[in-house]
Amino acid sequence: MIPAPFDYVAPTTLEEALTALSEHGDVAKIIAGGQSLLPVLRMRLNAPEWVIDLGRIETLRGVRDDGDALVIGAMTPHSVVAADPLVAEHAALLARATATVADEQVRHRGTFGGALAHADPAGDLGAPARALGAQLVIAGPGGTRTVEADDFFRGLFETAITEDEILTEVRIPKHPGWGAHYEKFVRVAHQWPIVAVGASVKVEGGTIAGAAVGLTNMGSTPLRARAVEAALVGQAATEEACRAAAEKAVEGAEPPSDLNGDADYRRHLVTVLTRRALLAAIADAGA
Amino acid sequence: MTATEARPDRSPEFGGNEIGRDRRRKEDARLITGRTRWTDNITLPGMLHLAMVRSPFAHARITGVETAAAKDSVGVVAVLTGADFDESLGVCINAWPITPDQKAPTHPPVATDRISFAGEIVAVVAARSAAEARDAADLVEVEYDELPAVVDLEEAVKDEVLAHPDLGTNKSALWVFDSAQAGTGGNVDEAIAAARDGGIVLERTYRQQRLIPAFMEPRSVVVDPTGEQITVWSATQIPHILRFALAATTGVPESKIRVIAPDVGGGFGGKLQQTPEEMLAFAVARRLGKPVKFTETRSESLMSAHHGRDQIQKLTLAATKDGRVTGLKVELTANLGAYVALVGGGVPVLGAFMFNAIYKFPAYQFNCQTVLTNTTWTDAYRGAGRPEATYAIERLMDELAAEVGVDPLEVRERNWITHEEFPFTTVAGLEYDSGNYEAATARAKEMFRYDELRAEQQARRASGDPVQLGIGVSTFTEMCGLAPSRVLGSLDYGAGGWEHAEIRMLPTGKVEVVTGASAHGQGHETAFSQIVADRLGVPFEDVEILHGDTMVAAKGLDTYGSRSLVVGGEAVVRAADKVLEKARPIAAHLLEASVDDLEFKDGRFGVRGTDQGIGLTEVAAAAFAAHNLPDGVEANLDSEATYDPVNFNFPHGTHLCAVEVDTETGETRMRKYVACDDIGVIINPLIVSGQVHGGLVQGIAQALWEEAVYDDTGTLVTGSFVDYLLPTAADTISFDIDHTTSPATTNSLGTKGVGEAGTIASTPAVVNAVVDALRPYGVHDVRMPCTPERVWRAIREGGAGGDTTGAAAPHFDASTGMEGTVDRTDGSSPEGGDQ
Repeated sequence: MIPAPFDYVAPTTLEEALTALSEHGDVAKIIAGGQSLLPVLRMRLNAPEWVIDLGRIETLRGVRDDGDALVIGAMTPHSVVAADPLVAEHAALLARATATVADEQVRHRGTFGGALAHADPAGDLGAPARALGAQLVIAGPGGTRTVEADDFFRGLFETAITEDEILTEVRIPKHPGWGAHYEKFVRVAHQWPIVAVGASVKVEGGTIAGAAVGLTNMGSTPLRARAVEAALVGQAATEEACRAAAEKAVEGAEPPSDLNGDADYRRHLVTVLTRRALLAAIADAGA
Repeated sequence: MTATEARPDRSPEFGGNEIGRDRRRKEDARLITGRTRWTDNITLPGMLHLAMVRSPFAHARITGVETAAAKDSVGVVAVLTGADFDESLGVCINAWPITPDQKAPTHPPVATDRISFAGEIVAVVAARSAAEARDAADLVEVEYDELPAVVDLEEAVKDEVLAHPDLGTNKSALWVFDSAQAGTGGNVDEAIAAARDGGIVLERTYRQQRLIPAFMEPRSVVVDPTGEQITVWSATQIPHILRFALAATTGVPESKIRVIAPDVGGGFGGKLQQTPEEMLAFAVARRLGKPVKFTETRSESLMSAHHGRDQIQKLTLAATKDGRVTGLKVELTANLGAYVALVGGGVPVLGAFMFNAIYKFPAYQFNCQTVLTNTTWTDAYRGAGRPEATYAIERLMDELAAEVGVDPLEVRERNWITHEEFPFTTVAGLEYDSGNYEAATARAKEMFRYDELRAEQQARRASGDPVQLGIGVSTFTEMCGLAPSRVLGSLDYGAGGWEHAEIRMLPTGKVEVVTGASAHGQGHETAFSQIVADRLGVPFEDVEILHGDTMVAAKGLDTYGSRSLVVGGEAVVRAADKVLEKARPIAAHLLEASVDDLEFKDGRFGVRGTDQGIGLTEVAAAAFAAHNLPDGVEANLDSEATYDPVNFNFPHGTHLCAVEVDTETGETRMRKYVACDDIGVIINPLIVSGQVHGGLVQGIAQALWEEAVYDDTGTLVTGSFVDYLLPTAADTISFDIDHTTSPATTNSLGTKGVGEAGTIASTPAVVNAVVDALRPYGVHDVRMPCTPERVWRAIREGGAGGDTTGAAAPHFDASTGMEGTVDRTDGSSPEGGDQ
């Protein structure tokens, strides 16, 4: 498992990284935590001439409070996101989902921004990011721009980031008091989810006042289940309401077929998991 | 000798308290920290590194190999293709031609003109570093003319597409055992015909999916051709057999080859092989005159190291209405892969003697057709033939219980050999020396709280709980301790089954024990030290176990088939006893006493009725000094023994498994697992626990997780651990294990093998539990691995679920070359059958 030869640069500022990228962009890959890129390199499925390591850029790490939103640096490791009190308070769904990523070792190396930029539809963080209405801040030669999560994921392993750009941080609107649950369905613990559903709900006086639902591995990108959300808001927070709303999880989904299940099985599974995620999130909101 | 009774190893002559003690493994510190001699840790001066160029196609003609760019690459010393080698390269051998007319293609270590499976080696690169070798391997341009590949076992038996066109067929060998012909039982076809009239006939087809051994340490080989002997270090289970195979096929005299298996990181049968990579490393080192190393990547390991299982089992069980089995007929199709490997077709044949398991079947017939396909070769994998057999019969016994309408344990009890009946000669012709199935079952039921769980199952069924509970039973036995040489000879196996040991009493009081068994994680160093410590009355710490080097342990047949303790351990005992025999006259001489007046106890020869005595280690020192020895006695106590077992060894046990099945998703969740194994006398309970726990997980993994999958073109889809699902500790529960003890009567320690027991027993226990949970839905099978999707489909569709509809196909297909049940050649559905 030896990668093809490549040159390596580890800038210490974002500007240096952007410069390196502008010089080598078409033959370069950015490495964040390396949990997806390194296996690809070692199996020689990709052979970039340059690897640009963002690991030494301190400004890309950490979680901060920015008024009505949390800002999570792209290079913040999963282990930090999962344990951060601000994330737990204002974006509980993200905390729950992050805690299920792979295993301890991967969570200490892998990063939030790296996972989103990799855009694996079976990755655990895209669906919660979409459900919570995340905004992705992308730096390029001409400055920074902000992309809504709904517009960020373009296809299988494909995002709005262009060749000369770097994802720097992710803004997540605060969801204080929302209950959350990430229902992940796997055969073995270290596996990518066959299907997963992230649900966050706000319950006021027994009525669902807000709902955010994201689906993992139900299409070529992480999905937001808007039909489920729409069916829930204004309803009593009951099992019947969740069951009825969960049936709508299949709307717009185009799940893959693979060794772990055919598309029709995933379509069934997503309704069961959505109901369970919603009920757990409602219970969490009441706690 | 069949009841639970005192250990027979404590003859009054020997003392000691090591046997039976929970010794921590003395080898673990270095193995776990990696501060040890793994093959890949070995670096020699001037050593070159090899990389293999492998075919991405399963079946293709090689029309050209362009090596110029690779040869020009940085650090490259040589790029060699099949055309560059002569016959001194040797071949990979099959040691067990199961029939005289077995068809087996020649297996060259590197393909010259035709590729037979994806992953086969086309060229080898030698370079100054592993990275340079890998880079250059990518520059070798091979032109292939792709040929149609036969991948599927059922397609292969039709002989429409041939894995090896030159052979004219994919069928390698048909091996048959018939109890009527052998004189060990009745005619099975008559039994089945009789059962169709008023009895029960069950017909089932079970699929033993292909598994990948997935040992922790990838295979690695280092060859040093400098010096008088060529030294080979290999991560192998079989240094002695490898040395023989190298000598036999390369023309290098055996005396010029030294093979060392240093610390080896697991094998599970997967390193019971003579590999193309070893042959190529040997040839390249000789050719270049420099040491070379090859260490495979995990991807290479998954695609090219041998796989295991991969059988279709067609089974017909005849029984009376009250569930007494009257006959069993087995028709196996077994996938050899592209070549007949070292043991090859012998693996399913090892299962031939185990389908009757712990039961008294009056008639039995076993047919096995081995088949070549364009897939990775298959060979031994933990249990090797016995897990497949045990799965089939233990699944069938649950089916029979369901048909009769009694508890699965009840139907077993109606058929099993009772403890008073040992020794018992089975319908397959084996003599079981000891066992007590009643005792193990009673203990397992008690630990499991069987009746409570059955009550909970009823309650869940009654309330329509979306999470149903299933209880699975497996009352397994197996044959291990491979093997009596005469029996192997009668089966045309290419070697014997003895084991050798040597004990050297050093002048400083330490003891060196040389064993021909070659450990690769089992804990021989610890267990054998315990045996010798007790037998010779020396401290555990003073015993050193040496193995795995043909220069140190010149004689041996290595480690597989749960043989190390019951065959190798017995050789150690016998060598130790010879040490005492040699020491006794010297001790008597030094004590000025008669030999007849000496007694040996706790490491000391004493003169009866006096306080006079001398320690064994003092005798050893006296022998070394040789100043005062009796006439005609040689000046050492060193002894050796070769032990050829008189019989196989038959551990057994009752395993009970409770599985919750989420009927909404098909997810299975293990709730409880109890294993009560009878493995005779236990030398080290801690090692036994490790073997049982690990074995259970491996068997459970076949039931729930693991499956090697090829696409239609012969590409391994499960080519990494992303898709080949190995469980980790996070996926398993804590198992409840205990033991009953019926000492083996065929070795002096009373021990039975335990290395494969857990794997053999657990697979059917788990699947039986899953099926048991789903019986109210009309489900009678779920194909392995029981993925959530398969379980979910089985619930929706009933019967065998979507994946085992083949079970209802014409049962005995003439194209398999097997004869079929006399009255069912058309595959019609019989009355009284249960399709």
